[in-house]
Amino acid sequence: MKSTYILAIESSCDETAAAVVKDGRTALSNVISSQIALHTLYGGVVPEIASRKHIEHIVPVIQEALKEAKMTLDEMDAVAVTYGPGLVGSLLVGVGAAKAIAYAAKKPLIGVHHIEGHVAANYLSNPELEPPFLCLIVSGGHTHLVMIEDYGSYRILGRTHDDAAGEAYDKVARAIGLGYPGGPKIDRLAKEGNPEAIAFPRAHIEGNPYDFSFSGVKSAVLNYLNTCKMKASAGEPERHADMAHAGEEDYLSYLPEGITQADIAASFQAAVVDVLVTRTVAAAKAEGVRKVALAGGVASNSALRSHMREICEANGLSLYYPEPILCTDNAAMIGSAAYYEYRRGITHDWTLNAVPNLKLGE
Amino acid sequence: MKILAIDSSGAAASAAVLNETTLIGEITLNNRLTHSQSLLPMIDEVMRMTGTEGAELTCIAVAAGPGSFTGLRIGASTVKGLAMVYDKPIAAVPTVDALACNYYGASQLVCPLLDARRGQVYGGLYRFTEDGLQALVPQTCTELSELLGKVNALGQEVLFLGDGADAYRARIPELTEVPYRFAPPHLSKQRAGSVGLLALQYAKENKYTTAVEFVPEYLRKSQAEREREARGTEASGAEA
Repeated sequence: MKSTYILAIESSCDETAAAVVKDGRTALSNVISSQIALHTLYGGVVPEIASRKHIEHIVPVIQEALKEAKMTLDEMDAVAVTYGPGLVGSLLVGVGAAKAIAYAAKKPLIGVHHIEGHVAANYLSNPELEPPFLCLIVSGGHTHLVMIEDYGSYRILGRTHDDAAGEAYDKVARAIGLGYPGGPKIDRLAKEGNPEAIAFPRAHIEGNPYDFSFSGVKSAVLNYLNTCKMKASAGEPERHADMAHAGEEDYLSYLPEGITQADIAASFQAAVVDVLVTRTVAAAKAEGVRKVALAGGVASNSALRSHMREICEANGLSLYYPEPILCTDNAAMIGSAAYYEYRRGITHDWTLNAVPNLKLGE
Repeated sequence: MKILAIDSSGAAASAAVLNETTLIGEITLNNRLTHSQSLLPMIDEVMRMTGTEGAELTCIAVAAGPGSFTGLRIGASTVKGLAMVYDKPIAAVPTVDALACNYYGASQLVCPLLDARRGQVYGGLYRFTEDGLQALVPQTCTELSELLGKVNALGQEVLFLGDGADAYRARIPELTEVPYRFAPPHLSKQRAGSVGLLALQYAKENKYTTAVEFVPEYLRKSQAEREREARGTEASGAEA
């Protein structure tokens, strides 16, 4: 049977990415131009700056993806692009370029849901993985527990009520002076800390046993830091004047004896990971599936991977996750998801628009 | 020579195909449909209705800015994609220059104004000579009063056009000391035919950019950059 080649484009946040994917399972190229260094100056992604950078990078990144795959646009069967969810200005660059390329090259256009892309990253790293399976999707913008019933068929079991897990990581990282991006920085530092040093809360949501909340644990960390400051300064009136001007990085001098920055990182991470693992395994049992997959940027978190692997093994579940480069935002995963859309005959016309709050399953 | 020209810098979206003698086809929509949804279908339509193939284009022309940041990027990503696949150069035409050409040949001064908000405009001041368009004030981001001060200093009749002329309809008469007129609706807004007209000149001069190199001319930094620079200035001022 003739193989299917898809040129895929992703620009939903701060990575400009393009890839060529064969039959939904093999990334022949996976080019990512990251803007992280630039946005670090601002402590997070600035949408207008991200959009401007996408415009600069989009064509070179696409050309590089074709070149690395040693293929031409003529040899592609379709052009795929992320059309939501994400930052609207960022999405529009990829969507505009993908539409123009598909139109000019006379190829079908396939709009892909960013989160379906993250799920599909597992197909690239795990050739044997087929639906049905349970997928925990965790990133800076999303925390979803989803049953993948079939290719392109999703049933959402749980979602976050407030912050996404990755968002909580970013906010806590800022509060303890680690900066952006918070996920990898906390993960690295947490290895040197004691995860049981401070008991941060594991939030339970009334109603749905598979829903999440991460604003509570984030607030608990901030409250802990404030309480430390107040206790430390209570006996030292002369420090009050300094307190008013104390920056986030100054909190270290107020920590109690024996507690380090690494302990806070490890304890926070333990609280988040514990909740993610517990809910996921409970859902797998209730659904009667034997396969569990991780997806999204936080899927490369080492504590989440090791803890999830341990608990899955103990419960007779197989665990799958993408290699780290495919956990971050990338276009290969979009090409994989697009392949299964293409097989089902799903294409989009030239009116395809960016949909910043696109829901899963739409 | 055959040129595909587009303008998505303002509220109107427009696509045209033209050659040296004829505006063969032009579609302009000013009904606030999202450019992201309307621009490529309009390009498709104007290319099909004029029987134009990408391969026969001399270049692809675009209103390169200033304008709505989002609108500029929809146009930029679209022409980049087309130019990459068709392997054609891009003629990046300044938006305000192109808008002035709506009044090509006028004996009065022409002052296109785009609403940049916060009391500012993207605008310029032009006249037409035997050689064509001449910029007396090249396109810039400025206070309305400052640009109109330059208009007053020249002491000649002026024509105002663009969405900035609508936005500042009440203030312009207060600030203008020379005879003036506002453009009628069919001449007032961006249209791809005017972008194409200047692109014909750019093509003769080989004044091109590429799908890789082209970036819009925003004429204004992002708010985050402006605020960051302002903080930097304050900090160094405090130290001194």
